[in-house]
Amino acid sequence: MSEPFLQIIDVSKRFDNVVALDKVNLKIAKSEIFSLLGSSGCGKSTLLRIIAGFEKPDEGRILLEGKDITKLPPYVRPLNIMFQNYALFPHLNVTNNIQFGLKEEKISKEEINHRVGEILNLLELNGLEKRKINEISGGQQQRVALARCLVKKPKLLLLDEPLAALDKQLRVQTQFELVNLQYKLGITFIIVTHDQEEAMSLSDRMAIMKNGEILQVGNPVEIYEKPKDKYIANFIGTANIFNVINEDNQIIIKELNYEVKNINNKENYVKCLIRPEKISVKKLENPSDNLNIGVVKEVAYLGSYTKYLIDVNGFEFYSFMQNSLVSDNLQIRWDDKVQISFNETSIYFFND
Amino acid sequence: MIKNLKKQNIWFVFTPYLWLVLFFFVPLALIFKISISVSEWGMPPYRDLFSLSENGLEINSTLGNYLFIFSDPFYIRSYLNSLSLAFTSTVLCLLIGYPIAFYVAKSKTSIRNILLIMLIIPFWSSFLLRVYAWKVLLQGSGIINSILIHIGLISEPISMLHNHYAVILGVVYTYLPFMILPLYGYLVKFDLNLIDASNDLGAKPLNTFVKVILPLSLPGIVAGSMLVFIPVVGEYIIPEMLGGSDKLYFGKIIWDEFFVNRDWPIASALAMSGIVILVFPIIIFQLMYAKYNFRNE
Repeated sequence: MSEPFLQIIDVSKRFDNVVALDKVNLKIAKSEIFSLLGSSGCGKSTLLRIIAGFEKPDEGRILLEGKDITKLPPYVRPLNIMFQNYALFPHLNVTNNIQFGLKEEKISKEEINHRVGEILNLLELNGLEKRKINEISGGQQQRVALARCLVKKPKLLLLDEPLAALDKQLRVQTQFELVNLQYKLGITFIIVTHDQEEAMSLSDRMAIMKNGEILQVGNPVEIYEKPKDKYIANFIGTANIFNVINEDNQIIIKELNYEVKNINNKENYVKCLIRPEKISVKKLENPSDNLNIGVVKEVAYLGSYTKYLIDVNGFEFYSFMQNSLVSDNLQIRWDDKVQISFNETSIYFFND
Repeated sequence: MIKNLKKQNIWFVFTPYLWLVLFFFVPLALIFKISISVSEWGMPPYRDLFSLSENGLEINSTLGNYLFIFSDPFYIRSYLNSLSLAFTSTVLCLLIGYPIAFYVAKSKTSIRNILLIMLIIPFWSSFLLRVYAWKVLLQGSGIINSILIHIGLISEPISMLHNHYAVILGVVYTYLPFMILPLYGYLVKFDLNLIDASNDLGAKPLNTFVKVILPLSLPGIVAGSMLVFIPVVGEYIIPEMLGGSDKLYFGKIIWDEFFVNRDWPIASALAMSGIVILVFPIIIFQLMYAKYNFRNE
């Protein structure tokens, strides 16, 4: 990682004895899309508001390009924030909303018009210039909110749940547009979201937060494949977590009664994770008393893949199978007995 | 069934209008009638508009009352005094009420309710008593003078009562809630994110106030100002109790014409003129304002 663009050092914040942030440390590189992911109340929004300058941290410092901005009021910070509800000014039209921030700078009228025109083109808002905010659609409002920030050419753009107010189809489309826009402009994005899919698809790196602390920082693949603990494993995607027994130099997955053979590192792990898409199930033609046999409890067909809930000796876990990999004559139904298989390399061991 | 319901609905809507017609427009029409009547001794102290005599139907109507009051600077001056009192107290109510309304609207729900109750509690006691209380506070042997003398700030009581400052004080005190409550109604709906957004876009607090908060609370300001300005123009009790002879106010003049001079036609002409002079600018303003709001919505 290059010289950190934004550095958050030991930032703590309390509200009436409730700890919102507890000694948070974070380094964010220039031009990356960084997500703060967590369920509500984890402190992600507080952190964003501290970066924006709306809240002052009780302790700690914020450095932007090495410069301490902790005590700067929001109106002098070279960054902008896009609010979850967009916070567009209802008494102004689209153009006036967009040029609001520029008018606060010492910029000539021509320059303002030029930059507003540029951003209207970039975000395809032409033709809406004179419209009131309540006369345009939710998606258009989102683009106006984005335009209002980007026209200021901020060094850093903060986005608070940028897609939460959009309907599902628009959300997917907007996700790609956001990434393209960021790539084009090279502005550093910090996105706050509770939606793990959104975080995975948007971010270069992400931080998982819980109870005011950062649990893990990494790129989406690392977080998904190598979660630090059970909470993260469950938070990102679906997780099958098994107990691990480590005795007599044997490593056994307890619930499956399966011995892991090809393992180099024989540390004292207590848990392991196998993602559902890495467990495949196969219908047994002639059920025998094989060790790895489970019973299908639930089947959910989702088009491209099917979710199976499998029961092995009273322990339930998921298997996701690509439908293209299952032949028609071997369709798995409720209460079918199935053979379970997985590659040992897809077992991820960790301590709880 | 549905037809019956509709009939009931019509009555439901119509009743308030009936009330308004009976108890507002009919009395107003009566006052108008008196204002164009000729005054005379007797009871009632004016001549009937229409009378039958040997010469047939006689109409005893005159615009003389109006001509009289508009030709006498005494009445015009008292009306201007009332307008200036209304204007001054509206501005003061706005300056004092706006921060209070803002603070109440932005405080936590639990505290907010207590603050609102505190605003409303004075209404539980009589308006007359509250104004009288100011008289007690302000008079020469009153609490304020006693305290000031006691701490040695003054040696003799200052005369704080019976001048137009006392009137302004009384009016502002009495009408402040009428300014605060409508303002509160608008400010409580105000999205605080807009203030953050404005700050974030580079606007300093003063600019944020002027460019975002003020325009968005304008309907509340207009509503509150109307609720203060209009009744204060005709305010009678407060100038009567706290005022002195330094300034005469319109409400007092009407009272005197009615009950002291027993000149009902002049008093009615004054009342009608007062209403008309006030109503037309307000209607025009409201229409323009509605248009402005319509453009903005």
